[in-house]
Amino acid sequence: MTSSDISVRNLWKVFGAGGAKIPLDPELSALPSSQLLERTGCVAAVKNMNFDVAKGEVFVIMGLSGSGKSTLIRCLTRLIEPTSGSVTIGGRDILQARPAELRELRRQKMSMVFQHFGLLPHRTVLDNVAYGLQIRGAAKNERYARSREVIELVGLKGYESHFPEQLSGGMQQRVGLARALAGDPDAILFDEPFSALDPLIRRDMQAEVIRLHKDMGKTMVFVTHDLSEALKLGDRILIMRHGEAVQCGTGDELVGSPANDYIADFVSEVPRSDVLTLKWIADPVAAGTPGDAPVLSSDTIIRDAISTVMHSSSPVLVEESGTIMGQIDRDSILSVLHGAVPHGTRAAA
Amino acid sequence: MSATLLGAEKATNTPAAPPTVPRRRLSRRALLLISAAVVWTVGFVFLHGTGTLALPTSELTDLHRSLNQFNSWVASNRDDNPVFLYLLSPLRSAVDAVAAVFTTVFAASSTGLGLPEIGWLGTVALLGWLAFAVGNARVALLTVAVFTFFGLQGLFVEAAHTFALVVTSVLLSLLVGLPLGVLAGISSRVEKIITPVLDFMQILPTFVYLAPLALVFLIGPASAVIATVIYAAPPIIRLTAHGIRGIPENTREASDSLGTTPLQRLFTLQIPMAKRTIVMGINQGTMAALSMVTIAALIAAPGLGQVVVRALQSLDVGTAVNAGLSIVLMAIVLDRVTTAASERARPATQRRRSALPRRTRMILVGATFALALVLVQLSRTMLWAARFPQEINIGPAITSGVDAASEWLQTHLFLLTGAFREAVTVAFLNPFQTAITDTPFFIMFAALALVAYAFGGWKLTALVLACLTVIVYLGLWGDAMVTLASTLVATVIVMVLGIVFGVAMGRSERFDKLMRPVLDAGQTLPAFVYLVPFLGLFGATRFTAIIAGVIYAAPAAIKIMADGISGVSPTVVEAAVASGSTPWQVITKVQLPMARKSLGLAANQGLIYVLAMVVVGALVGAGGLGYDVVAGFVQSSLFGKGLAAGLAIVFLGILLDRITQAAAFSAPSRSRSTAPSATTKEA
Repeated sequence: MTSSDISVRNLWKVFGAGGAKIPLDPELSALPSSQLLERTGCVAAVKNMNFDVAKGEVFVIMGLSGSGKSTLIRCLTRLIEPTSGSVTIGGRDILQARPAELRELRRQKMSMVFQHFGLLPHRTVLDNVAYGLQIRGAAKNERYARSREVIELVGLKGYESHFPEQLSGGMQQRVGLARALAGDPDAILFDEPFSALDPLIRRDMQAEVIRLHKDMGKTMVFVTHDLSEALKLGDRILIMRHGEAVQCGTGDELVGSPANDYIADFVSEVPRSDVLTLKWIADPVAAGTPGDAPVLSSDTIIRDAISTVMHSSSPVLVEESGTIMGQIDRDSILSVLHGAVPHGTRAAA
Repeated sequence: MSATLLGAEKATNTPAAPPTVPRRRLSRRALLLISAAVVWTVGFVFLHGTGTLALPTSELTDLHRSLNQFNSWVASNRDDNPVFLYLLSPLRSAVDAVAAVFTTVFAASSTGLGLPEIGWLGTVALLGWLAFAVGNARVALLTVAVFTFFGLQGLFVEAAHTFALVVTSVLLSLLVGLPLGVLAGISSRVEKIITPVLDFMQILPTFVYLAPLALVFLIGPASAVIATVIYAAPPIIRLTAHGIRGIPENTREASDSLGTTPLQRLFTLQIPMAKRTIVMGINQGTMAALSMVTIAALIAAPGLGQVVVRALQSLDVGTAVNAGLSIVLMAIVLDRVTTAASERARPATQRRRSALPRRTRMILVGATFALALVLVQLSRTMLWAARFPQEINIGPAITSGVDAASEWLQTHLFLLTGAFREAVTVAFLNPFQTAITDTPFFIMFAALALVAYAFGGWKLTALVLACLTVIVYLGLWGDAMVTLASTLVATVIVMVLGIVFGVAMGRSERFDKLMRPVLDAGQTLPAFVYLVPFLGLFGATRFTAIIAGVIYAAPAAIKIMADGISGVSPTVVEAAVASGSTPWQVITKVQLPMARKSLGLAANQGLIYVLAMVVVGALVGAGGLGYDVVAGFVQSSLFGKGLAAGLAIVFLGILLDRITQAAAFSAPSRSRSTAPSATTKEA
């Protein structure tokens, strides 16, 4: 995570007549969505959004349906025209881009994968994948060669001459993925790409995305309503509600220190031991802890620490960047597994 | 509970009163409708026979006379008025030239022996090849067989004339329709402008614009083609726009996200994906064109229509059936070939099922083309291949056979058909017509205004009153009421058929599969053809005209009802069955109430279709406006009256269309869809 690749500042999208004035009006822009709708008849799908996505990061936008997440991701490539604010991609504010520049940007810099695939039914898999390249004006040989490469990459070799409707949902989404990859964009946007797939296939596809990300290191913005998907894929997660950002952080930050009751409620079902690291449950080193006790890194996921702690006769020390920052014992592990909320309530447990 | 069920049932029987809208609204509307009925009844009882504004057949009003003068003005100014000189006459010449090309190729050249450029054998070969190229071998065989049969009937030249005009009209319709359709598909603004125009063209009965067109463009092929283009272009425009608009948002979005330019989007996404719908539009346009080309016989378009019209006028059933058969066969060929072409345009799946590999097919298309060229060349050199041999002509045999059969039917079944006809006419039609025509016009004004206000408020009332006033101004109130009476009777029959068959089809998929092709055939056949067998059975009467209207309109109404019934959520039907409803209860308490919108739509479309047949009906004995229009074609002294009658039909159509549309769409749908499920829960 070096330089930031996508930078969003004060982004608004207001649907409805006269929506353009609302972000400028200090009183209206402060209203909650329901009152805004009542007063102006406008719906603020995205309200004053600010975030940065670093190069090579997987940034997840998550929220329930109607939270504005799909609108937000469409604003990033102007499939939906934002009302105000700025979206900077590779140092260029795309909201200022003229149509031709915007097209160029869509062709070269960022591509998108859709929930319902958006494949062209009258074209074969090969022609679907090659579509973006054709639009750019690539020669036939060149675009087919590149497309075959990508098709193999997503595991569809042998299906080049099939039509989309002859493929299963998971395979169709692989075609969608291949189409997005074919143009070798800097960033890929995913709009709930796996929501329409059944759970097993969804798991495969998630693994596929993780693999591709590891291999290619592309920046990814991933929209989902599924918290476990968000935690599995996301370096950082932005939780949206009523068009506003509620909290933005890594998975363990959201689970470990939820910003408010909404987030706490949201993450309450998440098995803490799978997400939290040792630093969230470490106690101060007690006097009686022997100096030669086992040491674990504070970044270790709790679940991975279980066997060490259980087999150790003494508490286990936790180190963070070279220094011991605390210790954990069987009780602290068990209380997490039991479902207690760390930190605040930890002392009582 | 039984009381509420009874109430619901009552409400479904009268489509005017919605079953479960908020109580106050229901009573207000019902009150208005009842008072309309009261006004009409009281007005009829006390004032009947006065203020009927009836105009005897041969009498004219000043308006009609001035329209006659317009007729002669056009005749005398055709050669020097700039509008004619620089716009209309060149347009006519251009259309005439295109029509002449196809006529010369297929039907008859204007020089020498009058032989067509490619003779009958060449025509059969070329069209067979064309059917194979755009469709498949089966439709190619059908084409060859049918066109050869035209020759056997002794009607090849007439059929070729009709075909040439259809081809000309379809080409011109595509020239106009495809770009407009694409534009309307892409731009919402264009669509907004074009939709009301198309709507208007749809409710315009086909005959109405024949007279003005003949006035401007003279009788003959040019007027026929222009009238046909007006009639055939709307479905092409509509379906093209619909196809382009119907592309799923997510596909369009996906292509946009890859950076397509609008032009790239059009050619890589919109047109390929809409291709099948566009070809279906061409199919509908072609069928419409055939229908109109035959009707255009009234303004001297050559071809099969001429034969039918002449036979109808002399009540020559045999000849009419022979020519009618040709029209039906041509309709079938055109339908099958264009349908096969649209199958070919189906993406992906088609290639999977295709019997022939692409390569083999290409070779076959090439080979058959060569064969067709050889046969064309043969036709140009050999007389027997140019003109269909007269010796093998089974036309007279068909004619005399049908004549004999019709005579037998008329003598032996007359008791039956005659009794049926008289029963319906005396018991049903006559009293109803009297009730409408003998009521003073101001009473009708008041009653219709109340009805309009009940359904559509002040706006609709104003529109209805305006339409009625125009009809009075046109001097044809009495004739309009005669037409209204038979139109309403026909529509009632259409609705009964629509509900009975629609419910049966909506409930049984098998019956639906059985009926669809019959209905499709009924809708694609040219209007003329219906008249022929019924003319044989019932003679030339009002009753025959009503039957013709019913047969023309019923398929549309049945289809709409079937779609409405099968569109009722299966879950609701399941819930009703699970709670122990009998099939009859399911139909009357769940399916019909929930398909109420379709009921209204079916009534609306039924009326429009019936009205479109008014003029055709006049050819076989109907009076009223239709008769005036036909008389206007025939007698130049009645031209103005015919034109006025055409306009009166248009305004009557607008009036009926708006009222039924308002009735169909004014009731809130939410309360309707929840009502039946509540009922079933109760049960």
